[in-house]
Amino acid sequence: MAKIQLKNVSKAYGNNKKVIEDMNLDIQDGSFTVLVGPSGCGKSTTLRIIAGLEDVSAGEIWIGDQLVNDVAPGKRGISMVFQNYALYPTMSVRGNIEFGLENMKIPKAERKKMVEEIAEIVDLTEYLDKKPQNLSGGQRQRVALARAMVKKPDVFIFDEPLSNLDAKLRGQMRTELIQLHKRLGTTFIYVTHDQVEAMSMGDEIVILDKGHIMQQAAPMEVYHNPANQFVANFIGTPSMNILSKSMVEEKTGTITDERISYVGFRPEHAAMQVEKLAASGINLSCEIITMETLGSETLYLVNSDAGQFQVKSFQAPLVETKKVDITIPMDKLYYFDTQGNRVFVEDIPFQTPAREVRGEVLV
Amino acid sequence: MKTSLPLKILNVIGLIIMVAIFAMPFIWMISTSLKTLGETMVFPPKWIPDELIWENFISAWNSGPFLQYFMNSVLVSVGILIFQFITVIPAAYAFARYEFRFKNVLFSLVMVTMMIPAQLIFLPVFLNLSDWGLLDTLWGLILPFATSAFGIFMLRQTFKQVPEELLEAARLDNSTDFKIMMKIMVPMAKPTLITLGLFNFITHWNDYFWPLVMTTTESARTLPVGIAQLRQVDGGVAWNILMAGNVILVIPILIIFFFAQRHIIRAFTYTGVK
Repeated sequence: MAKIQLKNVSKAYGNNKKVIEDMNLDIQDGSFTVLVGPSGCGKSTTLRIIAGLEDVSAGEIWIGDQLVNDVAPGKRGISMVFQNYALYPTMSVRGNIEFGLENMKIPKAERKKMVEEIAEIVDLTEYLDKKPQNLSGGQRQRVALARAMVKKPDVFIFDEPLSNLDAKLRGQMRTELIQLHKRLGTTFIYVTHDQVEAMSMGDEIVILDKGHIMQQAAPMEVYHNPANQFVANFIGTPSMNILSKSMVEEKTGTITDERISYVGFRPEHAAMQVEKLAASGINLSCEIITMETLGSETLYLVNSDAGQFQVKSFQAPLVETKKVDITIPMDKLYYFDTQGNRVFVEDIPFQTPAREVRGEVLV
Repeated sequence: MKTSLPLKILNVIGLIIMVAIFAMPFIWMISTSLKTLGETMVFPPKWIPDELIWENFISAWNSGPFLQYFMNSVLVSVGILIFQFITVIPAAYAFARYEFRFKNVLFSLVMVTMMIPAQLIFLPVFLNLSDWGLLDTLWGLILPFATSAFGIFMLRQTFKQVPEELLEAARLDNSTDFKIMMKIMVPMAKPTLITLGLFNFITHWNDYFWPLVMTTTESARTLPVGIAQLRQVDGGVAWNILMAGNVILVIPILIIFFFAQRHIIRAFTYTGVK
């Protein structure tokens, strides 16, 4: 077990284009940390730097108490599960699992025992002598997992390991990985572009964009307390609605805090009713443009004077209705500055009290 | 796709003609090897001898130290094969997977050697080997072919197709480069290696020119040279004996080809597993 630290790490490829710039990242011992971000945000590069598959241009990588910049990948106490599993195609399942142990110079008898134990855990005993190409996707995934586990590493690294599986199997593997983390208590680092995976699996999420860490926090913290507009947009399905200051001001009166230039709210926090309502908040009369029924919830895309946005409702879908009134509670609003950074406010930063605002809107 | 009947017939006729062109010399060789000397001369030629003279093979075999020739051929062909694998595999691995200075220049140099005709360099190589006192030895037949530019080129292509992730996985498994090469790359390149080996073996088994130039006594002579000497018997050529010798020459190749055919086809269809 080990904690991982990146100190001022930069990575640039030949043409000086920096993929990662001056990154400081702390990954706690025993945590399940998920690196998430859009393609090209540097999450895989970060992972590969930790694994030692990429050199850094500047900065230090610490695993436990050891500076590992010049330590070979195989000697860092890391196991990695690749997106395409990267199983050795000419070796049997047994050979695949055993290869790392062989290189660790573990005696044959002991190796055999370890392989069989691990095969038992991942339920592969009867496939030990098969070649990877004769296995299904899920089974290959388990071989990759077994190969990683058998070395008893300090750190597990996963590079989008579930993206090649179908939706059902993915859900199942997700639960299995969470259980595995609980059982082993080892540090897990997991890369994905799928925010659902990130939210459901991690106990810590690191959101990256263009080689910078946008926020690092627990999943619910990231969700409820995004540090900036990027995180607010990236986490949550559908993403947070962002309205510009001027559009909101038309409805609410002047915003007093000068730093604020955008106002955001989560689609599920907007209360939607056909009848006019009497809740405190920004009231908007809207027109439904599209509706997506997802079973337990319904997504609406609506048009208002303040712009288009999405609303999530857990009530029965409004099939016939075209016009609705929507209230966004004041305490569920998020404020951002021109750079998209979060602005934290003590009070509701509107000049006119909420009550009067509503009166105005309802006219 | 459906083909019309006339086209089909044309197709079959075309194929038959091709087969005939390729198979005829071969059948003629076997047929002649079983004739009496008189029968080889008759006109119109006979395809099937009246009587099968199997003794021709014994005469051919006994007309010179053929066991010696045969052993020399085996040693030279297998020797070249082993040397080439030892040199070609690491070279191809390095060209495919390492970044080093002058890599492209060096690789171009290797490629250039393929464009120089053997006739152009045989004299310097001959003189060189003569200086080393290797004339008329098996080493003199093996060493000039101890590596192969074509082999490096072909194997490099195969190695390049191995997904990078596999090598990364192996590096994380604390594997040495040598082990990556031998345990992962080479098994994956097996079809290519078999094709290369076969190609090599056939070329050097049949090679006539170089052994003829290099050898002066029967101690290092190979089968093709030995068989060519069957022509130099007193008073005209004994075609039946000569052809029997040729059949002896090609049998090992036929046997090998028969067993390796499957792999040759695979060499061109191998795609690897995800």
